[in-house]
Amino acid sequence: MNLGSLYRSIGEYALLMRMAFSRPERGKVYWRLTVAEVYKLGVQSLGIVALLSLFMGAVVTLQTAANIDSGWIPKWTIGFTTRQTMILEFSSTIVCLILSGKVGSNVASEIGTMRITEQIDALDIMGVNSAGYLILPKIIAAVFIFPFLVMISMSLGITAGAAVGTSTGAISLTDFEIGLQYYFDTFDVTYTLIKTLFFAFIITSVSSYHGYYTRGGALEVGQSSTRAVVYSIILIMICNYMLTQIMLL
Amino acid sequence: MIEVRSISKSFGSNSVLREVSTVFEAGEVNFIIGRSGSGKSVLIKCIVGLIGVDQGEAFFDGRNFTSMDRADRKAILQEMGMLFQGAALFDSLTVKENVLFPLKMFGTMTKGEMTKRAEFCLDRVNLAGKGGLYPSELSGGMKKRTGIARAIAMNPRYLFVDEPNSGLDPETSIVIDNLIREITLENKMTTVVVSHDMNSVIEIGDRINFIHNGQLWWKGDKKQVLATDNRELNDFVFPSEFMKEIRENLRRAL
Repeated sequence: MNLGSLYRSIGEYALLMRMAFSRPERGKVYWRLTVAEVYKLGVQSLGIVALLSLFMGAVVTLQTAANIDSGWIPKWTIGFTTRQTMILEFSSTIVCLILSGKVGSNVASEIGTMRITEQIDALDIMGVNSAGYLILPKIIAAVFIFPFLVMISMSLGITAGAAVGTSTGAISLTDFEIGLQYYFDTFDVTYTLIKTLFFAFIITSVSSYHGYYTRGGALEVGQSSTRAVVYSIILIMICNYMLTQIMLL
Repeated sequence: MIEVRSISKSFGSNSVLREVSTVFEAGEVNFIIGRSGSGKSVLIKCIVGLIGVDQGEAFFDGRNFTSMDRADRKAILQEMGMLFQGAALFDSLTVKENVLFPLKMFGTMTKGEMTKRAEFCLDRVNLAGKGGLYPSELSGGMKKRTGIARAIAMNPRYLFVDEPNSGLDPETSIVIDNLIREITLENKMTTVVVSHDMNSVIEIGDRINFIHNGQLWWKGDKKQVLATDNRELNDFVFPSEFMKEIRENLRRAL
């Protein structure tokens, strides 16, 4: 991508967001769409989030246990490390990266298909603000539901870590609990939830942008979908770095 | 009535429309015909505002649509209905929900009135009882008829139809053509049809605009199409020796 097309894309994205956030024609219709999107983007992602969180929590616990062979490092460090890993990075950043693949490609291909089959033109010709109708409910739904997914991920990851740690004899439940509570700062949870809000916005808005400006046919829908995931991931990583620097240092 | 004044449109260095001016009369089926790639679909999209024009204006009963602000445009858009080439039905909605869609978004009717109107529109296109089906369960002709039902749901003053018969068998094409004509006459709408199906043009066309190389090359009625000496139009309407023979027979009969 050259600099000219980058500027053009940023301009198009900004204009699309302005259209998406303009006043809805019928609040009731938008509300119903938002509820449907909460189910589609959030509830239907629960399975993959739960599965990954359980295994990641378990693996983080086992790896930490395997790497602590010095008697100078207390056992509760395993619980502490699992907690910090799940709360600070895995449940927000890694889960959102995974969601950018699942949700992002879904959003981009849905809107892209609507574009190439003239369904978006049909909305425009009726006088419906197509950007608002298609994009706003997705953004609101993701910003609302993703923090819940992240909180579920944290809980499941830590629970799985405790279960695997104690069942394998790597750590006692008491030591794990001590590690969980050791120097716990509630701001870490606030920080991760704030990151999630930004990531949710990035995933839905960037994917919607790539879908909305799809031109051509089925091949281009696939390309838009891939671009949506790639750019979402890049922007999430940049945003993650910036927010971490702003909020933690 | 829709009046188009000097519409030009280019995509990069490719000039697709050049100073096209014409009038589409109310209560008539106005055709835009031309070869594939001649600019007829771009013209209809410029008229309805789906594509911005480089130059020129479109007037809807004297109202300059091209230079209007967004709010005023919205009011005119709600007086339009459009049937797209692929019908452009919303996949996630049933046939009835598709027809109800514009009513729910902009209508001032009660729920009962909206349902009644949707059922009337579906009945009008012979799809009564099919409201619960999804677009994926419909045949090509049924999709087009659903598209027409959705287009007329808001009782539009202007109906735009893009290639109504593409992908349809000749018999179904005639059903769709007749439906367009009947609805135009019933509601005294200004109907603009983009097509290269000469059977449709002869069957239901009142006024015909021939676009060639992005320019309005010829205009007239269907009798004039058969009698014209315009070489490009003749090549388009009667492309084969067989068709040329038919033209000679028709001329003798006329």
